[in-house]
Formats: sequence, C-alpha cells, structure tokens
Amino acid sequence: MSYKFTIGHYVYEFENLRVLLAKASPLRSGDVLAGLAAASAEERIAAQIALADVPLVNFLNEDFVPYESDEITRLIIDGQDQQSFAAIKHFTVGALRDWLLSDEASAAAIESISKGLTAEMVSAVSKLMRNQDLILAAKKLEVVTRFRNTIGLKGHLSVRLQPNHPLDDLRGIAAGVIDGLMYGAGDAVIGINPATDNPHKIAEIIHMLDRLRLQFDMPVQSCVLTHVTTSIQLIEQGVPVDLVFQSIAGTEKANSSFGINLSILEEAHEAALSLNRGTVGKQVMYFESGQGSALSANSHFGVDQQTCEVRSYAVARRFDPLLINSVVGFIGPEYLFDGKQITRAALEDHFCGKLMGLPMGMDICYTNHAAADQDDMDNLLTLLGVAGINFIIGVPGADDIMLNYQSTSFHDAMYIRKILNKRPAPEFDRWLQHQGLFDANGPKPHTSARQLQELTSTILGLC
Amino acid sequence: MLEKTNEIAIKDLWEELRLFTAARIALGRTGVSLPLSESLKFKLAHAHAQDAVYSDMDVNAIETALDGLGITHVMVESGATDRTTYLQRPDFGRKLSANSTALLQNKRSIQKDICIVIADGLSAFAVNENAVKVTSLFMESLSSKGFTFTPVVLAKQARVAIADEIAHHLNARLSVILIGERPGLSAYDSLGAYMTYMPQPGYTDEKRNCISNIRDLGLPPDVAAEKLRDLVVRSLQLKLSGVNLKDDDRPLLL
Repeated sequence: MSYKFTIGHYVYEFENLRVLLAKASPLRSGDVLAGLAAASAEERIAAQIALADVPLVNFLNEDFVPYESDEITRLIIDGQDQQSFAAIKHFTVGALRDWLLSDEASAAAIESISKGLTAEMVSAVSKLMRNQDLILAAKKLEVVTRFRNTIGLKGHLSVRLQPNHPLDDLRGIAAGVIDGLMYGAGDAVIGINPATDNPHKIAEIIHMLDRLRLQFDMPVQSCVLTHVTTSIQLIEQGVPVDLVFQSIAGTEKANSSFGINLSILEEAHEAALSLNRGTVGKQVMYFESGQGSALSANSHFGVDQQTCEVRSYAVARRFDPLLINSVVGFIGPEYLFDGKQITRAALEDHFCGKLMGLPMGMDICYTNHAAADQDDMDNLLTLLGVAGINFIIGVPGADDIMLNYQSTSFHDAMYIRKILNKRPAPEFDRWLQHQGLFDANGPKPHTSARQLQELTSTILGLC
Repeated sequence: MLEKTNEIAIKDLWEELRLFTAARIALGRTGVSLPLSESLKFKLAHAHAQDAVYSDMDVNAIETALDGLGITHVMVESGATDRTTYLQRPDFGRKLSANSTALLQNKRSIQKDICIVIADGLSAFAVNENAVKVTSLFMESLSSKGFTFTPVVLAKQARVAIADEIAHHLNARLSVILIGERPGLSAYDSLGAYMTYMPQPGYTDEKRNCISNIRDLGLPPDVAAEKLRDLVVRSLQLKLSGVNLKDDDRPLLL
C-alpha cells in the first residue's frame, strides 16, 4: 500500500514500505548511488513523518524482498514471535520510538518484545531516532555472551586483537599479539584476517594461537577469519577451531555472492559446537557485516542499505553468536561518504543489533578515500563507548598493514576504558593482573624487562 | 625531532619485535595515550594518502613526455565531473562522458592489438610518477615484435572499467589501463595495471588480470613493464583474460 504526507500544497507519496524506509533514511552516499534516497531534505522529513504513523502490523503484511524467493525474508517472517509482539502490536513506528526512550522501557521490558520485532521494524524505528536516541536506547540493553570469558557485561569493554600480517608470517602475527596483550587487548577474540585462503596456512595460524593460549592459560578465544566452508573443513581435520567466522549480508542473493546460505551456516555452527571447546559458554560464531554490502553485490532489491544491514542481523540472531560487528567505514565513500555518515551508520548498527538481542561490537574504521580521519574515529569511539558497545577492534597503531585501512588501536581501547571507567572481560582482567601486566588501575607503568624477555621469547618459540 | 616529548613518554620494552612486522607495534605511551611523535608520524602518512586521492593528473607533463617518445595520444573524461562526484559515483567513473564517446568514435580505425589507457584513479600522484615510464618500456618491447597500438588515451576521473569502453570504441583486441591505486598509509604512490581481452563495456573484474603495487619501492616500473608484456602476450595468444588466464601459466615465447 502507499503512504502519503502533505507539506504545503505538495503531496509526497511513497508507493510502499520499502520506498518509504529508503526515503526516510538519513542521507548517505550508498542510497544515492542506488537511486533510493530522498530527492530533497524536505522529502526525507516528509517520509519520516509518514513513517512515524505506520502501524507496526503493516510490516507483517509487506515483504521488502519477496518471501518466495528469499530465505532471509522467510527467516524473518517465520521467526517473528507473536507472543512477544502482543504487547506492542497496537504501536506505530513513532510510538515504538517514544516507548523505547521512555522510563517504562526497562532493559527487561525491551528484551521481552525483541523477538516480536522484524528486522524491517527495527530499521524503521532507528530512522526516526536522532544520534542521542540511538545511544540512550542502546545503553539500556545488556547482551552478555560467553565462550572462555564473559563479554558484554555493564562496566566492561572488550577488544578484538587484530594482529594481521600481509604474508601471514607467524612471528609477525605473534609480535602483534604480544603488543596487544601488553595493552590489555584480546578479550573479545584474538582474530586474524588471513592474507591467504590456503587451509594449511590457516591451520598453522590456529595451532600457533592455541599453543599460545595453553602456554599462558589465557581465558581468550581465537579465530582466523576465513570462509565458513574452510573452517568446516579444518574442524573435520581436527584443527582446534575456537570460533567460526563468516561475513554475512541481508539478502539471500548477497549471501550467495559470499558463497553461503543458511544451511551452510547451520552446518558450520554445529561443527563448531561439536568440538565443545568453550569453558564458560557455548557461543561459537563470529559474524561481520556492514552497510552497503548487498548493494555492492548488486543484490539489494531496492531496499535501502541500512535495512539490508539489519536484515543481516536476523541471520546472525539465528546462530546465537559470541561476537558480531559491523565493519562500518571499510566499504568506502560511495556507501558512507564522510565521518558524519560513518558515525550515523555505526550508531544505527549498534542500536539495531542490540535491539535484535545481538552482542554488538564495531570496527570503527575508514579508508583513505573517505572524508574521515582519526578525529572522526575518536568521536565515534567515545559515542559507542557511552552507548555501551560490547567490543571494539584493536590494531597496532590503528594501521592495518594487511587490509590497508585504519581502525582503532590498543591505545584507543585504553583511552575509552579509562575515561568511561570500563574494565576488560572479568576473566581476562584477572589474567592480566595475575601475569603482572595490569594492576587495578590499568596497565602497569613498567613491566619488568626480564619478565617481558621471557614472555616474548616463549611466544616466539611457539611460532 | 620532538626530543623533549620523547623524554616524557614511556618506551615499550619490546621494540625488537619490529624485526618481524611492519605493523606499528611498540609505540610507547604517555599515560594511556600515543606519544606525540607517533601521533604525528601517523598523521603525516594519512596526509600523504589524502593528498594523493585529491591529486591531479599532470596532463601537460605526460603529453609532453609522450610527444617526446613519438607516441600519439588523446585525452578523454569520464562521466564524473569532479573528484567529490567521482568518489561517490563509481558508476560515473566507469563510463565516458558523451563528448569523449563521440571523440573516440570518430577516431575508430582498423583493428589494433592493444589500447593503453592512462588514468588518474585514486592516486594521480602514482600516475605522474611512473605511468609514462611503464608505457614506453611496454610499447617499445612489443612494437619491435610487430604488435600494433591505438593512440594512448589519457582519462580523467576514471575507474578501471572505463578502459574496456575506450578500447572497444577504438577497435582494439586488448585493453591495458595504468591507474592510481587506493592509497594506503604505507604507500600512496602505487600504480595498478589491469588488462582485458576483447574488451566490451559492462565487463567486470572476472574478465581482468591485474599487476599491482607498481612504484619505485614496490614492483619497479621496468619489472612491471616486463610482467605486463608477458601477461598481454599470453592473453593475445590464448585469446582470453581474467580468471581463466592463470598466474602459473608459463610465459610463451615471443
């Protein structure tokens, strides 16, 4: 059905929910590139006003991508929980926004309706929210996950240690791991993007990280971010895989361009669970996503890039992940042009993921052709820290020499923990103190040179 | 540089690990923050990268150099009118402007083997440094073996795919584009070379082969020109390019 709003003498008409959501999206280059964005600032707000009055139930009757041809639409619609929805089924999108911000909407109250919301409802409500609304509502929510430690508790902030090396050199990777551990990073995961997809090389990296963990009795998990089918193969060969990684997107066709579908993910999930390697929990999946991926695979079906992104969270939700992050600024300026657009998208992704019940982290990042710099990343890091982000990425000096982009550094992670008084994951925090690397206030001013020498030579010996 | 500030910062004791990686490890700290010297080093690298993205192709210098080598050339533009549009609309950068399309259609002649395009891409700086050198070495090695060339085309605000449209209009069997790559913090002057056999507008990456990181401190221009020559000759002899033209194919005899 179509939706209308009149400003002055001009009647803005939006032919369906898909178009309405796209026009209501805060400006970003990817929606312009796709030809979906509002043609004027006025049209954008007209769409937002019209969207505010749309009853949530309308979302159950209008497909964004056809149910018959898209398994993610089927996952969303078939998985929508009518019981959770009952309490809010009389809401419009605008009423949902006001309710989420109200004192009445406690964490427990929001969690009780979460499974009644479809991805498109979540995307819709975020479009009516200002940045501070996205922060306030997300901050209410606590999504806690466990494998060998506990991630996402209030008052804690974890870091993925990302010691990538352009040649996958084991000692090069280990050097980055040591650097990160010294700065208190690694509690989300020690996660490496391999330069190669050679299974033998990937197995070598996994074995090295596992020896490292066992040698120092570290309460952490490792992951080599290779394709899910490679991880399945490695698990079958008895390689000690902690977490299975996969990039995901919000339409079946986009996922198919990544070489995956729901049944492959199911198979991977079961394979990882079968190893039973977690000690305090069994959440074994790690996902990455990002606005613009469906459009770049030419499989967005006229759906705006943020709605596609939230649809990918429906995929993630199905597999109960330990970690999920959007790689927000990696995709480039044709999707998110500058620091302002990257910031907005990241706050949306974090809020929408949390509202869907996901343990959201964020790769706070940009490429050199985007109009952004470290100051933009500082701002976004601070905003997401306040919003209660579960984890961020830690790259030595914020400069990923393998993927050629800029993320956040170990120093950035210490900054955000310090100013917001956040601690690492509790098990990892105790380990850092036990090793003498940290005290109750954070990193020790001077680690003993002899101890350090022992640590580094032991670690290099494991390579 | 910055000696006074370096006295205050705490050094990391694992600096020797830099032996194993070019990553920015063991940077030290003041409080929990990055020492100023490291902060400024990073900003300088980013400044180079940003300047490279917004740099202009030095058309006069390139044309003069080509004239000096006796190489004919023609100048075209993509559908992206300025850099901001170029960055946001890759689809415009992949297509010729209407004027440039007409210009090339008028220059169509009997079929030639190779059409070389020199394009700014994301680092005109890289193009200004090395594009003419690679072009002249490459052309010299193949002209002497009887391969024929269209005029060299200089393309502004261009993406890789524009070469296929250009070569198609000029009636060439193969397109080669030398184009500035996206700058990183460690290198802002890398040139990339992409090649397509029997190019058509609308072709995607699977039809192309690529040589990347061409710069004085990466793959030097003379080595790059040789690699490109081998790749192009294989492609013309096997009549294919892209994923089916494997890297491990032995170079064929000229």
